[in-house]
Amino acid sequence: MKQVYINSVASVSAQKTFDNAEFLNDFIDHEAVVFPVVNPNYKVFIPPAAARRMAKGIKMSIAASKIALQESGLDQVDAIITGTGMGCLRDSEKFLSALIDNDEQYLTPTAFIQSTHNTVGGQVALELQCKGYNFTYVHASNSFESALLDAKLLLSNEEENTILVGGVDEIGEHTFKLQALVGHVKKEAVKASELFESHTSGAVYGEGANFFVLSNEKQNSTYAELVGVKMFNTLPKTLLTETLEAFLGSHQLEISDIDVVILGANGDAGYDDYYDILSQGVFKKTQQAYYKHISGEFNTASAFGFWLAAKTIQSQTLPALVKRNNFKSTGFKNVLLYNQYRSENHSFTLLKQC
Amino acid sequence: MDALKQELKEFIIEQLNLEDVNVEDIENDDPLFGDGLGLDSIDALELIVMLDKNYGIKLTDPKQGKAIFESIDTMAAYITEHRVK
Repeated sequence: MKQVYINSVASVSAQKTFDNAEFLNDFIDHEAVVFPVVNPNYKVFIPPAAARRMAKGIKMSIAASKIALQESGLDQVDAIITGTGMGCLRDSEKFLSALIDNDEQYLTPTAFIQSTHNTVGGQVALELQCKGYNFTYVHASNSFESALLDAKLLLSNEEENTILVGGVDEIGEHTFKLQALVGHVKKEAVKASELFESHTSGAVYGEGANFFVLSNEKQNSTYAELVGVKMFNTLPKTLLTETLEAFLGSHQLEISDIDVVILGANGDAGYDDYYDILSQGVFKKTQQAYYKHISGEFNTASAFGFWLAAKTIQSQTLPALVKRNNFKSTGFKNVLLYNQYRSENHSFTLLKQC
Repeated sequence: MDALKQELKEFIIEQLNLEDVNVEDIENDDPLFGDGLGLDSIDALELIVMLDKNYGIKLTDPKQGKAIFESIDTMAAYITEHRVK
């Protein structure tokens, strides 16, 4: 079994993260219920003729994919694995609205063919001319972790040597209205910097694309080693701590070995208590970090957390704006991510300095 | 006829997402496909549906499309002659 390394990272998010030379140098303190993405110049990454049919999610993903590929020094990868909770939501809404508005008449193909969950994986492959393994995982807030696990298994077993792995989700106007209607979104705009002091129910939403080149060969640009990823569809609060300890134990680690724990708390008073169990419990004396106040919540927001973890290990710095407490770490060797959304689809992801 | 040509140009730019193209950039006799505006087969389907939806024209023989969609001039002439709405 070979080790798995994160050889490059790329992020298009609600912060200016697409430039890998920076690491959250400027904080955009959004005040909204949906955090807008800071867009790179897509024309640099996508020919105009191809871009005209692409919705936001595809554009973000192709830009992130090309940045990741360029940083890894590769022209091509063996495989592309994508995680997305909602797929190409905007085109889905577009063609479904057209069905209703036109009484199922006069239907055009463009929005339909661009609307599937695996459109992103397909379009990235077309742009890169990658004819290898191409798979899309759709599993709510475990979508990215599912993609990550598949990549890890393929690389560990040497079935593939380089894989582009990413998580992407875009905001769809109609879907967002429905999510707001059922109370999943905060009722009023919240300042990003004050999200965790809001103490109200619902989350602040966002969108983004985070892509990584993973390989079973270490290189100069390697950020970190991906040690483990484990998912749980449901996990009772009473079993959270012992499940985490078992996960760490399976990698010969203890709580005290973790230099920073990156938690997927989103400021939802109804569900953040899962994170509180760990932050006020076994990780009480560990450096803690949050990230959803800068990325917003979406099914693959945990891919942004993964980006944060990789950048932290590589730079050996944790930006002040993500720090939740101030326990000084002597360095960032072992970084743990824990995420869940509305008490479902829990994941532990472990990265190690190498 | 000029108003129809203007309408067709606006539709093509908006519906086919030609982001960097303005109405003034499209000459009435410019080829719409290939070397001209660069439209492709998916765009052709969009245009066929547009003829039906906006002007009540049903193209039953796809081969007709090649001549009809040659340029804004040919489209406008065909629509003027065959439109039912």
